[in-house]
Amino acid sequence: MTVTQADVGTLREELLAMVGAGGRFAGLFGGRSEGGPLVLSAHVATVGSIDTLQAPLPPGAAGFPALTPRLGAAFWYERVIHDRFGVVPDGHPRLAPLIRPGTPEDYALPRHVAGYGVFTIPHGPVRSGVMESIEYLVETPGEAIPHLNMRVFYKHRGIADRFAGTTPADAVLLAERAEGIASVAHALAFCHAIETIAGCQPPPAAGLVRVLHAELERIANHLDVAVRLADAAGLAVATARFALHKERVQRLVSALCGSRFGRGVVVPGGVGALPLLPPAQILAEAGKLRKAVTADAGALMGTSSFLDRLRGTGPLTPARARQHGALGPIGKASGFADDARLARPYDGYPSLTLPPAPAHTAGDALARLRVRWEEVDQAFGLIRQAADDLAERAGDPARLPCEPVRGRAAGWAEAPQGEVLYYVELAGGRIARCQPRSASFHNLVLMHEVFTGDILTDFPFIEASFGLSVAGVAL
Amino acid sequence: MLRGLRDGVVTTRWPGRADPYADGWRGPARELGPANSVDPALCPTGAISAQGVDQGRCILCGRCVAERPDLFAWSQGATGPAAAGLSREALVVPEPPETDEAVEAARARLRERTTALRRSVHVRHVDAGSDGSEEWEIQALLGPVYDIHRLGVFFTASPRHADVLLVTGAGARGMSGPLRTTYDGMPDPKVVIAVGTDAVSGGLLSESEVVTGGVAVTVPVDVWLPGSPPSPFGILNALLIAVGQLAYGGKGTR
Repeated sequence: MTVTQADVGTLREELLAMVGAGGRFAGLFGGRSEGGPLVLSAHVATVGSIDTLQAPLPPGAAGFPALTPRLGAAFWYERVIHDRFGVVPDGHPRLAPLIRPGTPEDYALPRHVAGYGVFTIPHGPVRSGVMESIEYLVETPGEAIPHLNMRVFYKHRGIADRFAGTTPADAVLLAERAEGIASVAHALAFCHAIETIAGCQPPPAAGLVRVLHAELERIANHLDVAVRLADAAGLAVATARFALHKERVQRLVSALCGSRFGRGVVVPGGVGALPLLPPAQILAEAGKLRKAVTADAGALMGTSSFLDRLRGTGPLTPARARQHGALGPIGKASGFADDARLARPYDGYPSLTLPPAPAHTAGDALARLRVRWEEVDQAFGLIRQAADDLAERAGDPARLPCEPVRGRAAGWAEAPQGEVLYYVELAGGRIARCQPRSASFHNLVLMHEVFTGDILTDFPFIEASFGLSVAGVAL
Repeated sequence: MLRGLRDGVVTTRWPGRADPYADGWRGPARELGPANSVDPALCPTGAISAQGVDQGRCILCGRCVAERPDLFAWSQGATGPAAAGLSREALVVPEPPETDEAVEAARARLRERTTALRRSVHVRHVDAGSDGSEEWEIQALLGPVYDIHRLGVFFTASPRHADVLLVTGAGARGMSGPLRTTYDGMPDPKVVIAVGTDAVSGGLLSESEVVTGGVAVTVPVDVWLPGSPPSPFGILNALLIAVGQLAYGGKGTR
């Protein structure tokens, strides 16, 4: 992990060179540390690490050369910088508010598609069902969806600003609530950054407990997607079955740590406590769950009326997935697999066997669901290995002291939605700057592009197959 | 269909019978002894003061329980009369004595509104800046384990059909307008439940330029349910308290 100083004028070229050399654009953030100038930090994922480029803006600068025209994946990142700090990425194609609610005039949208009978369906932010707040503006002549727009700012909570001044112990609580359905992954990414700064290594048992919780979180999230897809298809039995499995996973998590979302487990330097259940019981419970989930997943994937709804729906081409650096199951389904657990392993993962998953290139909702089932199966395998190893490490401490004072680092973890990235700067033992980036934020922008040939009734399938959380987008 | 029958009945018998998962639930922190000697900075959300523990601010991080087990403990159980409050003050334990009258008045107001909807209740949910976990726990109520349809509770898309409004999240200012519009669109009588510590007080997100720090700033809250997030049993309990199917909450020895 390297942090390199760059000049704002040359940041774009340096970043493009790193991406051209095989790196994946992982994020671009603005931030001020200790009242200093606005500093842009760009992050590039490579095999084994995530490298950072730091470029301070000259005092009084009102803008910087936009990356988006040359690097499309920076589109939303630059809008967030504009929203938060008011500086203008010169040459950016569309600087409408993204995460900060402005005045209604700010976000009045001209229609993109003109033609006979084309109208816009505003869908949200209060939508039918129990959903997170987001507004979709569906431009349609009645059935096809030639254009989709999203407004995500409704539930912006100012999480990134809230970190400043907190202690790492408090900040990890906030990280857990940045994207509540991926609490463990966010806490992991944050703690990895803190641990890199401190140069401390959590005890092996803690690494295994972290794997255990991260994989249970993955299973719960993928089951949630299965529930939503089955519900969208009107399969009542499948909906109930996967909801039952998801509830059982959450109950297992709460039996391990007291929280149904694994909150309080991950702390800087290790884990808050070892699991409340003995490893043998974890193995037994996970074994039962695996059998039940596998059987029901097999039945679902043999239901042709269901598969027909997913096949060819919401396709993302491999070329676009690679160009954007699509994360998690969305990337994997389109032939772009950059799994942080394999490429940049952490915690217990290096000591466990994670068999490589089959490659997919179809990129449709069906491929995304197949990827999720493969990940669920892998997750159960990892849980078994982690619980086995944990049984042999009964005397290990849960955590080691980890109280860094000053420094900067990026931390990452593979959430169910894909890679979570945290960039943290510490000064005087407190957070000077912390920028969380969820996989949901990086991936949601791709939903603009996947409606080719799909119609209104495909919408719930496509949305569910992305499996993202709005909380992690608007932050 | 046989697949669905294989597991037998998985639905809880609560509220008719006790449910061990609900009773074993680890709720917000409570006070065992006088907390006035404790450094308020111990709690990341400032829930601890000389008055006691404000459960409406507790995010269940457990720091006070770990650091001062002599003074603090987890409250036990997701259900029961005290698991949700009928006033914001009622979430402070031990309860200040002057809330007695206020709680009684709140009970009377709620009773007046909910006698008509005991057996058929329609619920609308609005996310006002949640972290996403509360939505999962509310959705769980529709699953086979909690199955709220058996209790005559249904979710509805239209606020015009809704009797109860479940609000989650710390009160993102971007959602203030849509939340208020939804509330105004509901016919009277209506009941509002603040679901989760974020909705009650903002939790870690106190009032700021982008967050109101709790949803009561935007809509009048009738039932206050702490938790980060609350368990599905806690939400169910609050719902049944709100519509008068359960003994009215507010006082108890959590």
